[in-house]
Amino acid sequence: MRESIIMKIHYGTALAAVALVAVHVLMRLTQSFAESLEYANVIANYQFLPYAGMLEIILILLSIHGFNGLRVILLELKQGKTYEKAVSYGCLAAMIGLIAYGSRTIIMVNMGMI
Amino acid sequence: MTLVPSIAEEQASTPLSSAKSITLRIARFNPEHDGERKFMEFTIPYEKWTTVLEAILEVKKHFDHSVAVRYSCRQATCGSCGMMINGKPRLACFTKISELDSDVITVEPMNNFPIIRDLAVKFERLFDTHHKIKPYLIRDDSEITSNEKEFLQTPEEVEQYIQFSNCIKCGLCNSACPTMATDSSFVGPQALAQAYRYVADSRDKGKDTRLKIIDDSHGIWRCHFAGSCSQVCPKGVDPAMGIQFLRGYLLGFRS
Repeated sequence: MRESIIMKIHYGTALAAVALVAVHVLMRLTQSFAESLEYANVIANYQFLPYAGMLEIILILLSIHGFNGLRVILLELKQGKTYEKAVSYGCLAAMIGLIAYGSRTIIMVNMGMI
Repeated sequence: MTLVPSIAEEQASTPLSSAKSITLRIARFNPEHDGERKFMEFTIPYEKWTTVLEAILEVKKHFDHSVAVRYSCRQATCGSCGMMINGKPRLACFTKISELDSDVITVEPMNNFPIIRDLAVKFERLFDTHHKIKPYLIRDDSEITSNEKEFLQTPEEVEQYIQFSNCIKCGLCNSACPTMATDSSFVGPQALAQAYRYVADSRDKGKDTRLKIIDDSHGIWRCHFAGSCSQVCPKGVDPAMGIQFLRGYLLGFRS
């Protein structure tokens, strides 16, 4: 993939994440901080489908943005064909792994499996 | 052995004389046999108009002719005498001792360049990246074959790129760039500024080719916009601005 396309995704995910995280933080303000962390409230949040969907989108956005950022940092630290391929594919695999693990948590709680 | 003193004697005829003097610290390093950089100190008289290059040449004439330094025009045109002067990349011929406001002046080779010896560095990477971005007008026709005698431009069209054509390839911007220090494959602010110079030229038709070259994992996107390249340019070129404009093309804000 062309670097400009990757960077467009990078900037786009950053902007979208800022907007959605702002919504996420504002929703936390509807309760006191301690109350928002109570077990029942956390479970209720996950089981509220629109909110769970937003958390899933935030997870995807931040994973893409974060792991691409990590890829860029690592590419600047050291150069070499093998190293750069390992970094790129490693970051992609880690990103997919994190999204899969986070999605699993969101889906399981949403479906009442936890 | 006889040649060395005779050169020194020949050039020792016009010593600088002044009431004011500075301590000039020159970095000495020969990668062929030195393990680390050493500094030699010389007390050099100077006048209000004495440049750092003249002080270095004074050392070569009267104290140690073996100091390696690259220079040519002495008027900030050839871009040969770039070096770190008191920690900042500058042209030695364009930096007056009096403007440095310091009793001690330390000169070192430019950062981010391999050292040949002492103050002389290798320019291969700079020239390679400069060449890579195709620093010439790309067109299918030419002024000779075209019906028109010349490719006319409006003053506004010239204004788009004219400051970038002042680049003298001295390498100070690459020396100041923090990304150049860590990324050995980074194309660098000099080449990127020159890419913009031709992309913005209304006579050029090679925009897509050049944008493709710099749209690489070690290309334009690795610039952190520190802006140090623009701060050190002795010719008033603003590579950081050119890089942002180029990004505009790649992000679709400019066409």
